[in-house]
Amino acid sequence: MPKYESVKKVLVIGSGPIIIGQAAEFDYAGTQACRALQEEGIEVVLINSNPATIMTDKMMADKIYVEPLVAETVRKVIEIERPDSILPTLGGQTGLNLAMELAEEGYLDKMNVRLLGTATSAIKMAEDRQAFKDTMESIGEPCIASKVVESCADALSFAEEIGYPVIVRPAYTLGGTGGGIASDEAELREIATNGLRLSRVHQVLIEKCIAGWKEIEFEAMRDGKGNAITICSMENIDPVGVHTGDSVVVAPAQTLSNKEYQMLRTASLNIIHALGIEGGCNCQFALHPDSLEYAVIEVNPRLSRSSALASKATGYPIAKVASKIAIGYGLDEIVNAVTGKTCACFEPTIDYCVIKFPKWPFDKFVKAKRTLGTQMKATGEVMAIADNMEGALMKAVRCLELGVISYDLKKLKALSKKDIVRRLSQVDDERMFVICEALRRGVDIDMIHTITTIDLFFLNVFKNIVEMEQTLSQEELTPELLLEAKKMCFPDKLIASLSGISEIGIRAMRELHSIFPSYKMVDTCAAEFEAVTPYYYSTYDPNTETVSSMKKKVVVIGSGPIRIGQGIEFDYCSVHAVWALKEAGYETIIINNNPETVSTDFDTADKLYFEPLTAEDVGNILEIEQPDGVLVQFGGQTAIKLTESLKDMGVRILGTKAEDIDAAEDREVFDDILEACHIRRPEGRTVFTHQEALEAANELGYPVLVRPSYVLGGQGMEIAYNDQDVQEFMDIIMMIRQEHPILIDKYMMGKEIEVDAICDGEDILIPGIMEHLERAGVHSGDSISVYPSPTLTPKIREELVECTRKLAKALHVVGLVNIQFVLYEGEIYVIEVNPRSSRTVPYISKVTNVPMVDLATRCVLGEKLRNMGCGTGLHPEGKYMAVKVPVFSFEKLHNVDISLGPEMKSTGEVLGISEDFSEALYKGLLGAGFKMSETGNVLITVRDTDKAEMLDIARGFRELGYQIYSTAGTAEFLMKNGVVAATVAKIGEGTPDILDLLQEGRFNMVINTATKGRRPDRDGFKIRRKTVELSVPCLTSLDTAKAFLASLQCTSDKHNLSMVNLLDV
Amino acid sequence: MKKAYLALADGTVFEGKSLGAQGTVFGEIVFTTGMTGYTEVLTDPAFSGQLVTMTYPLIGNSGVNHEDYQSEHATVSGVIMKECAKHPNNFRMEESLESFLEREHVVAITGIDTRALTKIIRTSGSMNAVLTTEEPFSFEAYSAKLASYVAPPQLEAVSCKEAYTVGEGEKHVAVLDFGLRRDILASLLAKGVRATVYPAATKAEAILADKPDGIMLVGGPGNPADYASYLPEIKALMESEKPFFAIDLGHQLAALAMGGKTEKLKFGHRGANQPVKDLAADRTFVTCQNHGYAVIGDSLDPAVATVTHINLNDQTVEGIRYVKLPAVSIQFHPDSKPGSKTDAYVFDEFINMMGGKDNA
Repeated sequence: MPKYESVKKVLVIGSGPIIIGQAAEFDYAGTQACRALQEEGIEVVLINSNPATIMTDKMMADKIYVEPLVAETVRKVIEIERPDSILPTLGGQTGLNLAMELAEEGYLDKMNVRLLGTATSAIKMAEDRQAFKDTMESIGEPCIASKVVESCADALSFAEEIGYPVIVRPAYTLGGTGGGIASDEAELREIATNGLRLSRVHQVLIEKCIAGWKEIEFEAMRDGKGNAITICSMENIDPVGVHTGDSVVVAPAQTLSNKEYQMLRTASLNIIHALGIEGGCNCQFALHPDSLEYAVIEVNPRLSRSSALASKATGYPIAKVASKIAIGYGLDEIVNAVTGKTCACFEPTIDYCVIKFPKWPFDKFVKAKRTLGTQMKATGEVMAIADNMEGALMKAVRCLELGVISYDLKKLKALSKKDIVRRLSQVDDERMFVICEALRRGVDIDMIHTITTIDLFFLNVFKNIVEMEQTLSQEELTPELLLEAKKMCFPDKLIASLSGISEIGIRAMRELHSIFPSYKMVDTCAAEFEAVTPYYYSTYDPNTETVSSMKKKVVVIGSGPIRIGQGIEFDYCSVHAVWALKEAGYETIIINNNPETVSTDFDTADKLYFEPLTAEDVGNILEIEQPDGVLVQFGGQTAIKLTESLKDMGVRILGTKAEDIDAAEDREVFDDILEACHIRRPEGRTVFTHQEALEAANELGYPVLVRPSYVLGGQGMEIAYNDQDVQEFMDIIMMIRQEHPILIDKYMMGKEIEVDAICDGEDILIPGIMEHLERAGVHSGDSISVYPSPTLTPKIREELVECTRKLAKALHVVGLVNIQFVLYEGEIYVIEVNPRSSRTVPYISKVTNVPMVDLATRCVLGEKLRNMGCGTGLHPEGKYMAVKVPVFSFEKLHNVDISLGPEMKSTGEVLGISEDFSEALYKGLLGAGFKMSETGNVLITVRDTDKAEMLDIARGFRELGYQIYSTAGTAEFLMKNGVVAATVAKIGEGTPDILDLLQEGRFNMVINTATKGRRPDRDGFKIRRKTVELSVPCLTSLDTAKAFLASLQCTSDKHNLSMVNLLDV
Repeated sequence: MKKAYLALADGTVFEGKSLGAQGTVFGEIVFTTGMTGYTEVLTDPAFSGQLVTMTYPLIGNSGVNHEDYQSEHATVSGVIMKECAKHPNNFRMEESLESFLEREHVVAITGIDTRALTKIIRTSGSMNAVLTTEEPFSFEAYSAKLASYVAPPQLEAVSCKEAYTVGEGEKHVAVLDFGLRRDILASLLAKGVRATVYPAATKAEAILADKPDGIMLVGGPGNPADYASYLPEIKALMESEKPFFAIDLGHQLAALAMGGKTEKLKFGHRGANQPVKDLAADRTFVTCQNHGYAVIGDSLDPAVATVTHINLNDQTVEGIRYVKLPAVSIQFHPDSKPGSKTDAYVFDEFINMMGGKDNA
């Protein structure tokens, strides 16, 4: 029972789709919150538009609304459910903003809904720049010279006063959207104008730039009685200037003396008291490196990405405790779940160090601007634990899956020492690699410090790593040296390549001298007390703490950092696999390194190892645990990649076998299988060189698809229309060494269909067939996907089921398989088969009520589908339509072309559910952030080949009441066909031109299809980027435009949307 | 590279690298869990004569600064670390930890599995240990002494030799020094008082003759039961009805003086994260602690004393109010930042008892 007895039914607001700046950490937080509330017997009502989350799972809440996160729907849910309270501080900035909006307009009071946790006034005090500054001043906590301005002119005059450079921070945006550092008037004018527009309250903060100061964070917690603690200190290796989400962070803070530490700890406690926070709070400080001067940068009055990190770094379940505080408990009344006996009112102390390293999407967006600043660009992060900093950094670089095993980038080798020194001043994602390269070239460490302002303590840590590399390559490898290197978490592979001994030789040497890892616990208390739910990390200390049980057990390999193409869905699958295994009586072990996820929560699996997902790191654990089997099919490409090495170690891979996984990727083997099954696929070739690629393309006839094999999210995949395209794409692909051939396929522009199926080796179960609204050529992850498929004939369906059955059997699939088809001129072709879990599994599981991962896991364990009660074959369709709409983070990534293509670009997704297709679509688009206005101005510029098809779309918008704008040629075409359109000047061909009109806010929407090549110097590219900067919806596929139009045309009552409780579906 | 060995009375031996002074030191082995504040620990009078294990693996990152000392010199007999920073860096740094250990003749060992060691102490309790750089090492050479070793009295080493007066203010506080941490003195002075610090052996009569407005009893190392000879003087000071405030060892000695008993904790409270609850205020504070003994709550006559604070981890006594006397005591250190709010809270009552006001 909650402490506040009046709390009986709570509405929890989730954070919506995964975007840069708001990732899986809120699924972890929300899941812990829902559980903490349910534990107390509280009825939980949840609203979250993101179907890929654990928190929207049926067991997590009593009522689940997967609905757009806008005030209107939240109000509707409140009216239907009449909760007595609302918990807003666990759903990121999205959840918080929504709750604040409803509170400020008096709606919550009107509905008698109590805001749990931190009071509205406190949130306002922390979020409103001026109020925050005033509060800090009143308690004597220093802030940086700054001023809140509401106009560009005021921004300029204040900057004049305090001097450039200045930082621009918009109020109420997440991940620092729209902010930046301006070093002169022109830059400030641009950044401030943009920031003002993006801020909900039209305010930006202009602040004295203190780049180069140490950036320190404290995670703090306070209860309603006034008890307050700090949970973890964190220090950014990157000094102030780089967004904390893009910084390499170490916990605990390393370079502070006790005096400085206590000074900032005390400041955090003063702040949390002054704000009256009831729950979690994150305080960011800048500390002058050569004095005790400090300044409060920012306070987040809610759980944040840093809270997730602090929680996983210390073992302290922050979200759970924050939820208990919200319903009235004092910190002293809550038990520390890790020790099981001590109380939550203490400060965790740790006996290891933790590195968080961001995962950026620049490997996918090769043309994006890689510079790091105040706007976050990372899609995810990894966390590495070791008993020394060198080790934690070495583990972290392996966790990132960058294709490197140390801070050593091949491409930097080609640069001269002078160029390397020059690169040091460039703050980008490769900075740590450049520093190591500089150290390797003998650049003086003080000089590196002067350029980067990174603390010498940290630079020396990198130097130790580089020195170890040099020792290994110069000296004889003695057992002592080997142990020393292993203690710094150097992988065998690296030691082998440096010392010139084979990897097997290194392994043999380790065995001879008993150099094996041991596993230590994360227990919140540095071993002071016994722990009941600890997790583990490896060291090369002699005493291991993990005890391998005699129980039957299975290891689930996780999916690593969130990145484009491999998102939260795979964590969902991993967690469900763990649950299914537990249900079947197995001990469960998970290996993963992503601190933002539910899979790395201390109580998800029986045992958790926080380790890199490489063959050596995973193999070491398997050797100790001796599991009955390993599951790789739920951890995305990260886990699948390990299959071969695991098989070589003699590990039993449960479910689909390694050779069958390989067969699906190996062009020749797969072609044979298709032939045997009499299934067609677009014709294709495998090539290794530019020359071969050109020959293949010409043989097949353009357009062709070019892509590397064994990648996720269509990485590096492009449609080539001519030889020049092929050249360009091959150049990009070849920048990274390719172990596997490159695939050239005939591109077929048909309807794309996707099927997820479960197979037990004999029978299959297809929960549902999904149809993509965009035609083939747009990556499936970026397409709007509809279930049940609205246009397929029964015959085609039957054929799809049959194809799936044949393929699943031919590939000996046991577990999950995902197949993508294209329907081209009435014929079915297979594009791709993935014998593993897929991005669509969570959403299909939820809308069809078929617990796919659960069933697949049971199949893997040997059960038969026909005995599971969910039927076989194609599962009957329900009455609800579910539309998955992708969500992008383009506003965070400069210079990235937003037009959709075969390479995936979306970071997340939302779902729209309704009995009516157009309403489902409408809800999906609304949830994805589209402003769904029924009238307005639409700019239509399409390539010539699309003109005919565009006509109906233009006519439709016109009929709805939109004004159509086009460039001369298109406008003429439209007029000739009876659609009234206004003419606008092309870029540079008049004033105002398209960009001017966009800038002044003339258009509500843009429909633009890209000409081939997608070069940044083209008009189309400029227009598309401009729409992103201005937050104007831009549709780059005619199919998306059609869908958008249809949802506007057909949704009868847009202000009275039906709300669907997922449990009724 | 010179080796060092740590041997525990239970026969466990750790081999590591030598750091700091050469030689052989015996002492009680304890662990402290603070992640910062190694300088403060190494110079804390309460650690006097002990072999201290740092559970945090990276020690010495910000070097050593004389300003952070809690007493004039290193007090510990030996230090056990996983790793000592080779490249410390901080603008306040005067020397590296390594140089401090050498200069202060502290024997130290690095490169051992400190977590495994901590777990032994947690399980078996604090025990005798030896830290040596003598080679060749054989456990037998030390086993007899390990079994029988009793730490010599530390008081003389930590208590001041002569009384001294510091600070300015209307109120005058007498501080009886059983091992005064400089932070405690700083916290007191931050309240705007004048303090005279007396050697532990000073007679009550002499102190009272100086007419202090209040008396503080602070410290320090060792088993409180070893200080029996001082108890009558302490009792006299308490019964003088001057406002009286005791911290740490002082808190234990006051309880003993008033008829209470103390007990040895299995592995003590040492670190910066101990939760202490003020029972009357229903508030919990995270405190710094460093003690191996505690007052037994039941041993106090309810007519004489009331328990005011408890440790939320193990429910041991953390604070006492003496019913008929203007006397209070706490087991914990307020926190490590003199002048902070939590800190002020601890001193407020004492200052109020003296009729002074909080000038901080």
